This record gives sequence, C-alpha cells and structure tokens, in this order.
Amino acid sequence: MRHLLSTRDLDQESAVRLLDVAEDMADTQQREVKKLPTLRGKTVVNLFFEDSTRTRISFEAASKRLSADVINFSAKGSSVSKGESLKDTAQTLQAMGADAVVIRHPASGAPQTLATSGWIDAGILNAGDGTHEHPTQALLDAFTIRKRVHGIASRGRNLDGLSVTIVGDILHSRVARSNVWLLTTLGATVTLVAPPTLVPVDTRAWPVTISYDLDEALAAGPDVVMMLRIQGERMRDAFFPNSREYSRRWGLDDGRLHRLDPTTIVMHPGPMNRGLEISAAAADSPMSTVREQVTNGVSVRMAALYLLLSGDREN
Amino acid sequence: MTNTYLISGAALPDGTRTDIVLRDGVLAELGTGLSAAGAQRIDADGLVALPGLVDLHTHLREPGYEQSETVLTGTQAAAAGGFTAVFAMANTSPVADTAGVVEQELSLGEQAGYATVQPIGAVTVGLAGEQLAELGAMASSRARVRVFSDDGACVWDPVLMRRALEYVKSFDGVIAQHAQEPRLTVGAQMNEGAVSGELGLTGWPAVAEESIIARDVLLAEHVGSSLHICHVSTAGSVDVLRWAKARGIRVTAEVTPHHLLLDEELVRSFDARYKVNPPLRRREDVLALREALADGTIDIVATDHAPHPVENKDCEWDAAANGMVGLESALSVVHASVVQTGQLNWTDVARVLSSEPARIGRITSHGQGLVVGAPGHVTVYDPSASRAFGTADLAGKGVNSPYLGRTLPGRVIATFHSGFATVLDGQLRPADEVAGSAEQRMAARV
Amino acid sequence: MSARVVLQQADIARALTRISHEILESNRGADDLVLLGIPTRGVLLADRIAGIISEITGTPMEAGSLDVTMYRDDLAKHPTRTPAPTRIPASGIDGKTVILVDDVLYSGRTIRAALDAINDIGRPRAVRLAALVDRGHRELPIRPDYVGKNLPSAQTERINVRLAELDGADLVSIDSAAS
Repeated sequence: MRHLLSTRDLDQESAVRLLDVAEDMADTQQREVKKLPTLRGKTVVNLFFEDSTRTRISFEAASKRLSADVINFSAKGSSVSKGESLKDTAQTLQAMGADAVVIRHPASGAPQTLATSGWIDAGILNAGDGTHEHPTQALLDAFTIRKRVHGIASRGRNLDGLSVTIVGDILHSRVARSNVWLLTTLGATVTLVAPPTLVPVDTRAWPVTISYDLDEALAAGPDVVMMLRIQGERMRDAFFPNSREYSRRWGLDDGRLHRLDPTTIVMHPGPMNRGLEISAAAADSPMSTVREQVTNGVSVRMAALYLLLSGDREN
Repeated sequence: MTNTYLISGAALPDGTRTDIVLRDGVLAELGTGLSAAGAQRIDADGLVALPGLVDLHTHLREPGYEQSETVLTGTQAAAAGGFTAVFAMANTSPVADTAGVVEQELSLGEQAGYATVQPIGAVTVGLAGEQLAELGAMASSRARVRVFSDDGACVWDPVLMRRALEYVKSFDGVIAQHAQEPRLTVGAQMNEGAVSGELGLTGWPAVAEESIIARDVLLAEHVGSSLHICHVSTAGSVDVLRWAKARGIRVTAEVTPHHLLLDEELVRSFDARYKVNPPLRRREDVLALREALADGTIDIVATDHAPHPVENKDCEWDAAANGMVGLESALSVVHASVVQTGQLNWTDVARVLSSEPARIGRITSHGQGLVVGAPGHVTVYDPSASRAFGTADLAGKGVNSPYLGRTLPGRVIATFHSGFATVLDGQLRPADEVAGSAEQRMAARV
Repeated sequence: MSARVVLQQADIARALTRISHEILESNRGADDLVLLGIPTRGVLLADRIAGIISEITGTPMEAGSLDVTMYRDDLAKHPTRTPAPTRIPASGIDGKTVILVDDVLYSGRTIRAALDAINDIGRPRAVRLAALVDRGHRELPIRPDYVGKNLPSAQTERINVRLAELDGADLVSIDSAAS
C-alpha cells in the first residue's frame, strides 16, 4: 500500500486484509511486551494542522509499538502558523528523511495533494482531512463491529448482512463519509439519519438510504447505531434551531436507548457531547463500544502503518 | 522594419480563399493574386484568417500584483492567443476606480504594443460594494471607459446595482456583473452537487449565480439600461438569460472557454489548477452553455484570464487562489468545445471572439471584421494542428493553466495588431520590436 | 525449470517419526515441551510431530504457531507480507522447552526472527530447532537440533516442500532454473 488517503478507493479484499493484520496487531497488544521491532529505523511524522490529541496519541502509540521513530509536528506555534506552506513543510520532512507522514489537515484533499504533488516520497496516511475522509476511523469502526459480531472468528470476514445506521452531521463529517464507503464495500447496508440541512444536497450516488426520522430508522432494528458528534456552532449557521431541539429529534436519549434491541451495537467516534447527541446512559451501556473503539484504534493504525511501511516501496 | 505584410492564401471565416495585404496599420487589400512591394509574406495556405480577437474579461494584475502579471506580459499572452484587444478588469491595486488608474493602464498598454488595452472601471469605490466610483470621470477620461465591473466581487446591494445601471445610461455604459450571491457562497470551494458532497468541499450552488442574474435582468428592465453578465456557468443561468432576452431586456452574457470544456469531475484530483470562480460545473451545464453560445443566448466567449504566482496554486485546495490563465489557450479550447462539435463555424467564432465583444465593450477600433479599410487586426490560425499544450505555449507570467498536458487542436500562427506582427511563425515577436512599432504608430497619430 | 524429487511421502513420514523420537529422547519425555511451528508449513509439521508424540506417549499434545513476520529483517526487500496468527498453547512458554519447527532451514534469518519473537512472548528454559530439510548456506550462527534430511543445494536452486494439508500431497523436490 503506497498511501492510505481514503476508504473510497479500498476494495473489499484490501480492507479485509488490513482488518486481519489489525487482528494480529491486537493479539500482540494483549502481551506484556507490546512492542514489535517491525519498523525499527523508520521515521513516522505526525503532521497535525488541527488539534486532535486523541488521534495523534493513537497514531503515536501505534508507531511506537512498531518501534518506528515518531516526530510530532503540530502546526500550532510552529513555522506553519507563520505562513509556511504545506509544500515547504513537506519538503522539510522529505529532507529529514520521513518514511511516512500521518497528516491531519482542515482542508479537504490536503493528504491527496501531499501524496500526488511530488514534494515528498513518504507514504501518506490521512488522519482526517477537512470534511472529506478519516479512513483509519472508519477502519477501526469496521474492526470493532466485526469483532463484536464475529469475535475470535473475525479473521477473513466481511460485514455481509449487517445494517448500520449513522446519525448526525453527515454534511460536515469525514467519519461518516469514510464509513459510508468502507462499510458498504464490506457488505453492510448503511442508513444515514440527519436533519435535512446536514445532508449534502446531492447524495444520489451514495450507496445509502437517507432518513430524517431517527425513531423510524431505529424501529427498523439496525445492528449498529453510530452517533456522530454535533458541533454547537452549527446552530449559529441555522442548520438547526438549538441543541434542545436537536437532542430531542436526533439524539440517542435514554428512551430511544431502551427501545433498542439489547444486542444493538452503539458507537461514537468521540469526543462525545454527552446529553446532546448521546445520553450518558447510552455512552456507558454495555451496548456501547466507545472504549473498544479507542483500543482498536491503535491496532488498526499499527496495521495501516505496517502495510504502508513494510515491503518494497516500489510495489 | 517592414510595415507591409502579405498574407497569402488564407481562408476567411466564411471559407473564401484570399490574400490579405496589411499596410500602414490597416487592412489595405483583399483578393486573390495580390502582390505588395517590400511586403513580408506569410504563407497561409490551409490556415484560417480571423479578425483580431477581443477579450472582454482579462486580469492584467498591473498595477499592484506585478508578481502575477504585468500589462506587458498579459498582452504578450493575449498576442500569443491571437488577441489584439483586451479589456482589463478593475481589481488591481489601487483599484481602477478613478480616471488616474484607468489612464495609467491605457498608457501601459500603448507602450507595450502587443494589444489594445481597454480598461474596465470599478462600479464601487475599492470594489467594496458600498459607494459608487467616479464612473463619469472614468468615462470622460482618455481611457473612455464604458464597461464597469466589480468582477471578483458581486455588486450585491440591489439599490447600488440599480443606481449603477441607471447612472451609466448618460454615456451609454454597461455594468458587467459578477453574479454571485455572497451569503450563499461563504467559503465556497467548488460547485455544490454530487462531487462536492463526496469530496467534503464547501459548495458553490448554482442558485447563487442564477438568483443574481434574475434580479439584475429585472433591474435592467426596470431602469431601461444595459447589463452584461460575466462568466455564466450554469444551465439555470442560461434559462434566465433566454427568458430575459425573449422579453427584450438589454442583457448580454459571456462564457469562459474553461466552462465550455471542463467539468467538476476534475476537482476529484484536488489539483488546484482546476479551482476557479465561478467553479467548474456539471457536464450538463457545460453542454447547456455550448448550446446557449450556439443559439446566441450567450453572446460571447471571454477568457477571465487570471494569472497567479505558482505558490498560490501549489498548495492544498482550500488555500489555493481561484482562477486560470486562458488567453493563450482560448481559441484552441473554443475550437475543441464548440467548433469540433459542429455547433459553431469560423464565422461564429469571429462573432463571439471579436465583433460582439467589441460591440458590447463599446470600442470601434476592433471587431470590424476582415474588410478593406478596417484596422489591421488579424489572427492567422492553423485549424489542422494539434499539440500537447505545455508551459512553452504560455506567454504570460502565470502557469496556472488547466490544459497543461492536454492535447488541444489548432495553433495561432500569426497575430497582427494595428498592422504590426506581434506573433509570427507561432512565435511572439520581441518586446522591443513590438514596442518600437507601437511608438511609430503613436507618433504617426500625432 | 527441472524438478528433482528428494523426499517422497514415506520419507517425510519416517523423518518426522525419527525427529519425534529424538525430541522425546533428548527432552526425557514430553513434559514441559512446547512445539511452535513457523507459518506456513512449519505449523503443519509441528501439528504432525505433536500427533506422533501424542501417540508415543499416550498423552494428547498440542502444537502452537509462531508468526515471525513482524520480526523479519528483510521486510523492505520484498512485497509486503501478510502476517499469520500466532497461537501459543494456554500453558504459555515460561520455563518450558520450546521446539521451533520449520520446513526448510536456509540462511537462519527466519530462526533469528523467531528467537526475537519468542523473547517478546516469554522466557523459555530452552529453545530447540527442528527442520524437515537443512539446505545449508547459513548466514547466522544457527544450527538445527533435529533434521529430517540434509540437502546440500546450490543457491540458485529452490527447495519446494509440499504437504498434503495444503498442497494435496507430501513431496520435497529441488527445482533448478533450466540453464
């Protein structure tokens, strides 16, 4: 794998392979010695133009457990905020000998620009770009679903026959986009639920069903309900009237939680707004995979880094 | 240096084969078997002679943004593309909102000599959309400004737009509107639709253009003035224009070459060369624009030539500047998008790229066509050529062309501005030679 | 390509039986013995040896597998390898005698990686090495404790081990590029 930029261009075989490698990585994370020598001598740069401590430390842990050297390059307080361009930054990292760049950027497409520009030879791993994609989040979500459903028999399995309902700000969510492509590639059926203002205007080409009614969508008995973080500032731009109304119509509150089949998987990519898009009881219930998602994030990112950095880079 | 040229065996736009003699700045003779003593001879067998092209929408960047383009380099790009007149947009620094700035631009154009530079004046002071600029002073200046535009920004305030339309009636001016509802396009990065939804780029909805055009044609009707719409980009805008024209409203409209050829699918590459305002639209919009140009709903092609320094395009999409260079490629792109499809013939091309833009821009020195006695503005084009368009084909400072690496038909072989060659054998003539001939011409005029 | 068969099914069975006896002999029984096969075919051989030992001792014995992909020193020289699972018997390896089982012993680099992998899992009392074929050309100071067959070979030749579970039949051949 030369780069990991999006889930849209992953086929089922490579997605399952990545999840299977993540299973192997997860096994090693059960041991007392969690560190593997695999990427010894490789340099991974975490290039973060947006604050995201959670994602950064997840990647940092993944790199370190594979024995790569990690350089954290945060745009805050660096030359980047003084007007240094993405190109200059990339060329600096190239000169430093970075083997992989994990990039988080507020501009959609910035990782692809980095990968196709010729500024840098390193493998590019998209850690979230604008409102475009967040492929490792979707992969860890798929991994978590597969693990819950198939347990130790997960290896080699796809998500055939599973139904996933994703609820919230689809318009601005890179997590939603990456999950739509990945989960459907893996065979799941996906329903998106959101206020009409928070759905892109033209989703005819998306392999999903769109609903504006959460209760109706939940009554259909999905196997997985994935709640997305809703940003408070959206109400200032008139996407919805206020958080109370949002929560009442599109939040996973206690009432809705109790109506779910107890085998339903409740997911949230974090960080959560408890009491807004998800109630505390839902977040902490045994149906919730919120903490598993964090644990699995490290394994999935180890797998992505392994597939990116091991092997002959010409291939 | 000769000032007589014999273009032999060229096909006129209507297909007639003829020789053309340019002498003392004018088109002196037309006919077969012509000879002219001391003339430099251009063998135009198999080539098409077009009246010198006129671009109603060029960003020359000078004064203020000379790192992007200057009047000299911009008119060199124009000459390379077969243009002999360009209308210079007002968004310079300082803004072309006073008689002083427009006269300076006019002079710079006269000195360079590659093309006639006709300044466009700003509608509002500093393009700020708050207070009318001194439209009358610009109109009566030596630059004789008739076209006014805040291009880059929309004249959004309906009262201000109404007043501007009314005010220019006193000197037969025209307001060229950049139709973009600002509130609907905050942070917009590309056409809003299927592709923007997938890529997660903030959308620029068609309605933001169409609603302003609808409002402004009604305003123009109400006050009985004339309106020009810059860079029409959507099928819906075409419908509004068709309705307005049927109603007898004095509205004209332009389409850019890139909106005739390229569509939003290219944005999937996140290659910032495809970032432009208004954005590349859907394939069905492209097809509607071609049809509208063919049936006259859209009057002209204008380049919106917008050079930018490399660093403003060599970056992530959001940070990139809007705009593409277009002068050098315009004729080839029109050739590829509407001539090769059979929608326009060369007579139509002469209309949409020469006579109509000159008429809309109210200049008489251009756009008269290839007739004896007309000023010697001629473009000689090889329609059978085909080339992989590259940076060597660009003559201005900007390399932000969306066509680099694409195969385009045709090639400009020679351009004559006021009877002097600015391009010969497909090569730009040297700046000192062109400036020298311009100086001769100015001296002769006194 | 020309292929020369060097071990038939019966030869392989005999070799594994002999190795099983040697293991039991030098270990003085099957107590505290852990067999770990190295994927892919080492795992199948380890399973077979475990089966033979179970028959001899009358006590069931299970083999595990030890994937060494993540410990290899040649990852950058080949297309990306997909790791295989590591399965360690529930009793663990601490204080045990681990017998590593591989099909072909060649440069010794795989075994070097396996020793590192074992090190991250626990601390065995001893680690021994069993290989069906030793073809020589060692690049590291590693030698097998139990060998099915020594097969001196040229480096241009390829030792091809086929096992019924995976390949439909038991066979070891030497393939040499036709000159």
